[in-house]
Amino acid sequence: MPKHDVAIVGIGQTKFRSKRRDVNIPEMIYEAVKMALDDAQMEPKDIDAILIGNMDHFEGINFSEMWCGIDAAPGYLKPVVKIATGGTTGSSLGICGYYNIASGIYKNILVVGWEKLNEGGATTGIITAFDPVWERPSLAGALGPLALMANIYAARYGITSEQAAKVTVKNRSNAANNPFAHLQMPDITLDYVMNSQMISYPLRLHDCCPQSEGACAIIYANEEEAKKITDNPAWFKGVSTAHYYTFGTDELMYNLPTATIASNKLYKKVGIKDPVKNLDVAEIYEPTSWSELSWTEALGFAELGGGGKLLDEGITLMSGELPVNPSGGVLSTNPIGATALVRFAEAAIQVMDRGGKRQVPDAETALGMGFGGSLWTELAILGKDPNPLR
Amino acid sequence: MDKVAIVGCAQTQYEAEKIDLTISELVFEVVKKLHNDLGITNDDIGCVISSSNDFNDGRTIANMAIQDAVGSVRKSESRVSGDGAFAYVYGAMRILSGEYDTVLVVSHSKCSEGDQLLINNSIFDPFYQRHLGLDQISSAGLMANMYMSKYGISETQAAKVVVKNRKNAINNPYAHLQNEVSIDDVLNSPILAYPLKELDFPPYSDGAVAMLLTNEENAKKFTDTPVWLKGYASCTDAYYLGHRTMTDLIGLELASKEAYKMAEIKDPVKDLDVAEAFEAFSAHELMIYEALGFCDKGEGGKFIESGETQIDGSIPVNPSGGVLSSNVAMANGLIRVTEIALQLMGKAEKRQIIDAKTGLAYGMNGICSQGNCVLIFGGE
Repeated sequence: MPKHDVAIVGIGQTKFRSKRRDVNIPEMIYEAVKMALDDAQMEPKDIDAILIGNMDHFEGINFSEMWCGIDAAPGYLKPVVKIATGGTTGSSLGICGYYNIASGIYKNILVVGWEKLNEGGATTGIITAFDPVWERPSLAGALGPLALMANIYAARYGITSEQAAKVTVKNRSNAANNPFAHLQMPDITLDYVMNSQMISYPLRLHDCCPQSEGACAIIYANEEEAKKITDNPAWFKGVSTAHYYTFGTDELMYNLPTATIASNKLYKKVGIKDPVKNLDVAEIYEPTSWSELSWTEALGFAELGGGGKLLDEGITLMSGELPVNPSGGVLSTNPIGATALVRFAEAAIQVMDRGGKRQVPDAETALGMGFGGSLWTELAILGKDPNPLR
Repeated sequence: MDKVAIVGCAQTQYEAEKIDLTISELVFEVVKKLHNDLGITNDDIGCVISSSNDFNDGRTIANMAIQDAVGSVRKSESRVSGDGAFAYVYGAMRILSGEYDTVLVVSHSKCSEGDQLLINNSIFDPFYQRHLGLDQISSAGLMANMYMSKYGISETQAAKVVVKNRKNAINNPYAHLQNEVSIDDVLNSPILAYPLKELDFPPYSDGAVAMLLTNEENAKKFTDTPVWLKGYASCTDAYYLGHRTMTDLIGLELASKEAYKMAEIKDPVKDLDVAEAFEAFSAHELMIYEALGFCDKGEGGKFIESGETQIDGSIPVNPSGGVLSSNVAMANGLIRVTEIALQLMGKAEKRQIIDAKTGLAYGMNGICSQGNCVLIFGGE
């Protein structure tokens, strides 16, 4: 158990869109920060410290926290730290926030993830993540490796394009219930997904996440502060991270071993024996439709190769036993530096019973997941109390 | 606060251009050295916190490149994008949370592989300031000019910082520049940004640094001389230079007061035995003396002249030679922490301050001391 229990007491998200030409970067971030402050009924002066992150190369701004931590968040004369780990930036921020409070160093902290992708080039940025000699010519960018993974996964387990398309249909129709989601498609059909443009076999346009602009801000507090702020916080029951090898080709490439390593550790700590039964809702980081099927297996929701069947049986639908991505997930909204933090925010919203039309009834225990880097996984389990399940 | 210990540190030799090593190899060198020094294996490491900068490495997610080198396979690694002092703080938090028994903290940089002026120009906002061509050199010139003219600090007084630090570096086997310079050498070097000259600025260095943190229960398993965190504070000044009080380091001043309070330091010159500070240019170190309360405002010039910050003075500053001798962007703060740890362990060899019991490390992010991190450590 940590030295201090950690609660989420305030949440803010911008409406995510493909382009926010009406605001500059700090103005956009401020929308989410203001919403989180109002949500927790806090003033800027009440905040102890700021964690803020995005990916440097996407907007071409070095030390962006030195600008945005001051102009968009109340960081003046306070600690401002940037955490950046690629796709997992949001979850790395979320987990760093947890340790800032759990360690007793701060009593509250404002955690902010953001991205404004039209002011740069995400793919250009991602390509430079790969080794310039060994990987950049063959396995760079996001979609190439994800297509390769989908291919191996499909061939190995006989997963069909139709099963993958069902993920997009589920998530984008869920997104219609989420006022912050970028792509809201209540009437989306399997045909629409399966006839969309081929991007990188077997990934079609609508098998892929969009790129979105926006920000997410969360206020964390320790036991004492949380009680003063709200009688309905979301508590961290635990966090977990697993990394893996540097080179993509050292990976198995058909599933996500880090999700299995990280979730096994976390389930043990939180007292989860059967995730489908013990978890009430999961917000996972699925960059493609195929990845959601594969990740649900790696997280132990189904056996290896059983991800397609899990969705076919309706278990991960809103009406199912373990709804996955009621917010619409990453297939609907992907502001990279914020994406994984949105997963934590949405998990918290569910256990706080504030999900509105996307609320899963009686949600008490929720999983949030970040994915990124060279196939890394970061997880948090949130609940109505900080204790392990009985 | 519970106790968190530094039980071992490792540094590479800092050099202008480590052309024979990739970043990953550079990091592996210090991690392996730390393993060997402490007699541990990768299984003894709970998790890893690194610090690096994507612009500096020319790699998005720069920590992706060092996973094998830090041994974070199947483990948790996270990356502070910024100065290594903040990575130390995050590592300490993981120990203090009680969830990890050991944390490896690593920082690296190969300044030789990038254009440092362009990299630093990208810190400025893209709309108003970047096109002015501001970078770490020109903004330092603005700050030094305002500070020196307000308080009547002379160029000779500033040059004395360079002379002191470069002389200290001769005793530090890891230092990049290990040759003495005279006041005349500094004053006669070409002007880069008035009133600062070439030798008022640090070199650009390649290198890496690593340390192992643990809790009170486990510290003695690794060493007889653990170094304990006694005080910490961080404070960020305004972003736009025009919004700053450029003549004083307000953020550092506030951070040091808070850290002194935590560490119960009343008179820093008396209570501290040694300090390692991230001095980005010569006059900056004089401003740091003032902000840390070693002397009154505007007295930094007289304070260097008094000799109190020399290796045999009452408060030696940068006995390692400081950043003016080895400038490993992003690792500078963690090198300061390492040097203080070595001093308090009594392992600083020829640069050792006799009977050093309490030390201060100062790390910094951004331009002209915008993001400040003050750490106070105590030995056994």
